[in-house]
Amino acid sequence: MYDNPDGVMIGLEVHVQLNKLKTKVFCGCTTDYHNDPPNSHVCPVCLGLPGALPKINKKAVEAAIKVGLALNCKIEEHTQFYRKNYYYPDLPKGFQITQYDFPISSGGHIMIEGEDGEHRVGITRAHMEEDPGRLVHEGTIDKSKYTLIDYNRSGMALLEVVSDPDMRSPKEARRYLDKLRNILEYLDVFDGNLEGALRVDANISIMGGQRAEIKNISSHKGAERALLYEIVRQKNVLRRGGIVVLETRHFDEAREITMSMRSKEEAHDYRYFPEPDLVPLKISGWAPAIKETLPELPDARRLRFVEQYGITDDHAKALTSELKLAIFYENVAKKADPKTAAVWICDVLKGELNYRNLTIDSFKKEHMLSVIGLLASKKITEDGAVDIIRTLLDKGGSPDEIVAEKGLLKVEGDIVSTAAEEAIKENPQAVADFKAGKEKALNSLVGAVMKKTKGRADARAAREVLLGKLG
Amino acid sequence: MATINELNERIHAGSSEEIVAEYLERIDSSKLNAFITVAKENALARAKEIDSEGHEGSLAGIPVAIKDNISTKGILTTCASKILTGYVPPYDAHVIERLKEAGAVIIGKTNMDEFAMGTSTETSFYGPTRNPWDTDRVPGGSSGGSAAAVAGSEVPLALGSDTGGSVRCPASFCGVVGLKPTYGVISRYGLISYANSLEQIGPFATTVRDVATLFDVIAGYDARDSTSVDKEVNYSSALKNDVSGLKIGVPEEYFGEGTDENVEKTVWNAIHTLEDLGATRVEVKMPHTKYALSAYYIIAMSEASSNLARFDGMRYGLRTEDSDWHTTFSQVRAAGFGDEVKRRILLGTYALSAGYHDKYYLKALKVRTLIKQDFELAFKDADVLIAPTMPYPAFKLGEKIDDPLSLYLADVDTVPINLAGVPSISVPCGFSHELPIGMQVIGKHFDEATILRTAYTFEENTDFHTREPEGF
Ligand SMILES: [Zn+2]
Repeated sequence: MYDNPDGVMIGLEVHVQLNKLKTKVFCGCTTDYHNDPPNSHVCPVCLGLPGALPKINKKAVEAAIKVGLALNCKIEEHTQFYRKNYYYPDLPKGFQITQYDFPISSGGHIMIEGEDGEHRVGITRAHMEEDPGRLVHEGTIDKSKYTLIDYNRSGMALLEVVSDPDMRSPKEARRYLDKLRNILEYLDVFDGNLEGALRVDANISIMGGQRAEIKNISSHKGAERALLYEIVRQKNVLRRGGIVVLETRHFDEAREITMSMRSKEEAHDYRYFPEPDLVPLKISGWAPAIKETLPELPDARRLRFVEQYGITDDHAKALTSELKLAIFYENVAKKADPKTAAVWICDVLKGELNYRNLTIDSFKKEHMLSVIGLLASKKITEDGAVDIIRTLLDKGGSPDEIVAEKGLLKVEGDIVSTAAEEAIKENPQAVADFKAGKEKALNSLVGAVMKKTKGRADARAAREVLLGKLG
Repeated sequence: MATINELNERIHAGSSEEIVAEYLERIDSSKLNAFITVAKENALARAKEIDSEGHEGSLAGIPVAIKDNISTKGILTTCASKILTGYVPPYDAHVIERLKEAGAVIIGKTNMDEFAMGTSTETSFYGPTRNPWDTDRVPGGSSGGSAAAVAGSEVPLALGSDTGGSVRCPASFCGVVGLKPTYGVISRYGLISYANSLEQIGPFATTVRDVATLFDVIAGYDARDSTSVDKEVNYSSALKNDVSGLKIGVPEEYFGEGTDENVEKTVWNAIHTLEDLGATRVEVKMPHTKYALSAYYIIAMSEASSNLARFDGMRYGLRTEDSDWHTTFSQVRAAGFGDEVKRRILLGTYALSAGYHDKYYLKALKVRTLIKQDFELAFKDADVLIAPTMPYPAFKLGEKIDDPLSLYLADVDTVPINLAGVPSISVPCGFSHELPIGMQVIGKHFDEATILRTAYTFEENTDFHTREPEGF
């Protein structure tokens, strides 16, 4: 049991851009703007021009329902859009169309790897809204002389996923974010690599104080850092006999600190009221059909991998934590020994990729199969296999070329045998020591065999051959 | 005053350009101030094109004036507000697309109360419009420019918008026909919102037939407006000179305190005329009418406070000296909006605020439901309802503008119709001291056909619509 000594309670509001949709949420503008000039994907609707009216994108509603179902939420009978009124230059209408009463889904949960094993995090609600435009400041936000506005992002479909305050540490918060992102990628509604794809606001309190809301967090690592900083800050305030007040704080990603925001920006009365330009949407009938189309989600896939391929739960967890990795593994496991594949992908390849900051896209399934094939036929050593993987990542080529180029082919058994006989003859002292019970003496004999075969022998095999000849 | 039929004879002979030029000349020499923008070159060019190439549309070559809160591509659109100085929309409203397809010639943009907030067209940044029947009097509002232009023979057809009576009131004051359709029948795409849940675009003309012809062109489904209804009806074919068996409900609540004696008498005479033509009168009760005005203003102002938030000077319209965002934005709005608009934004903001939301906004929505029920019950017995459009004829310029409450009270007979979302047409039914009086014929949801038929029959059997203001 994790006893949570400081009484940390963390809840997260995650804004997910449904950026795999073809069009924005209330107009026909394309969502594929990331490589295009500013303000090139706009129309009267997403610019909020006078007289333009929003029209709901049904595909966005379907995607939102899909996410709701995957988060184990209840889908509402009717859903309704509201106006959240506030002024900001990135908001072209002076209000944001969002949801308030009757959100599209609510009351769900997901399981994460908690401080003390499996931990359940409640999902309060997941509701739809529109993304504002993007502000680009010259220099820093407080010193900038002007701000440029790009409305390409304006009107992108967002899903705000609000969690219950169920996380008890920054680590759990990060795991929650990882899991959420993982699920979203499995659902194919979201590409987490695009700018602004996922933004986080965090609510955090510790025992004896009120909660702070931290805004402007744009990465999982940032969330963990911001929360760690905030716990220390709140503890210090309490230790000095101060009061932790209810407030909104801004996360400075570069300095890794949170700062209190001016009260002017804090005291909002959003004056929510139903959006008169969008009629309530009856969605009760939609969920069953969408449920049919739900793909296998990470938890289910993990269980299946353990069962179907007989691999360890740790391997299955690692392999399913990223959709592409899971697909890669399955493609390899179909044509090679699944257990060996799991070991080489999880324990070797993944580490080498992480070290180089690469994704699984940088490695070919065929190459993994050749490496495993070479190992299985005992043509290369394990060290040789690692060498091949590293060379493939650093220089490219094919495993066969690398084997030839580097002379990695494992030497024949009789060569090992000959080398062993020579080693025994040339090192009488070591032989005597071994026979006298000094097992370590065997190591110097193995070393001699390796030297004679220029490292192409398998160390384990050499050991066995030596033991046979000495025994 | 010329009707579409009369103009068509000349247009078929290839003289649309000549007709447009004549109207342009009348606008040019007018003292009414009915137009904010005259699209002279565009209009003449389009008319010329129609003369040379011909056009099959039902409004081919006919000039139409557009209220200045309807988005017209390439033509200044101001809502009669300083804040939209220089705003030229890059797109056409749905109704403008329809008009262009039908061959109509957009002749200009008409004056109105700023952002359609008013009953007299006196709150316009571009100065008041005058009533052709007495140029010392208001034309009604907020679509005063459109009604005055039609009454003053500056254009045969015009579009207005009706949020709480803004088509019917000026139709009544100017002695022309004006229709507020069922909510959802005409797409609002491109209509600059004042109060979205209440308003509809509506046609003006001098006859019921011309209103129906224009209505046929602009009505119909538009996917871009989620509140648009998918119903295609030919309204012109409903125009039959026959009210036999028609059951008319006369809600006494619409003849209450403050109603001018002559208005009351004139509307009753009109009802008797229809009875003589075969209609029967049935008793109806609309007990919640007295709450309509308060509910209307709370809902309209609440929606307006949000709708008008977009006017911040950042992307279009008025821009004052640059400072930081909060300052610039406040300066633009302080300089750009007139007093009445500011008053409504403030009241609407207040009504939606935490702590007051339930007391005002939610309560108004509940009243709205009760008003709808009143209409549903009344229409169980009656086919149409008839009432005065306005409690009195046109008042003098400046008479009420400094007393907002008395101006709001003028809308007492028109706002319940918008709260219920039902259709209503105002037709001339008599005069009081040489000023026109309008009666409204109110129908069931989507039953424009019956109110058009009733109004048409009345028109066919009377001659009030043929009278013209002197000197126009
Ligand atoms: Zn757009």
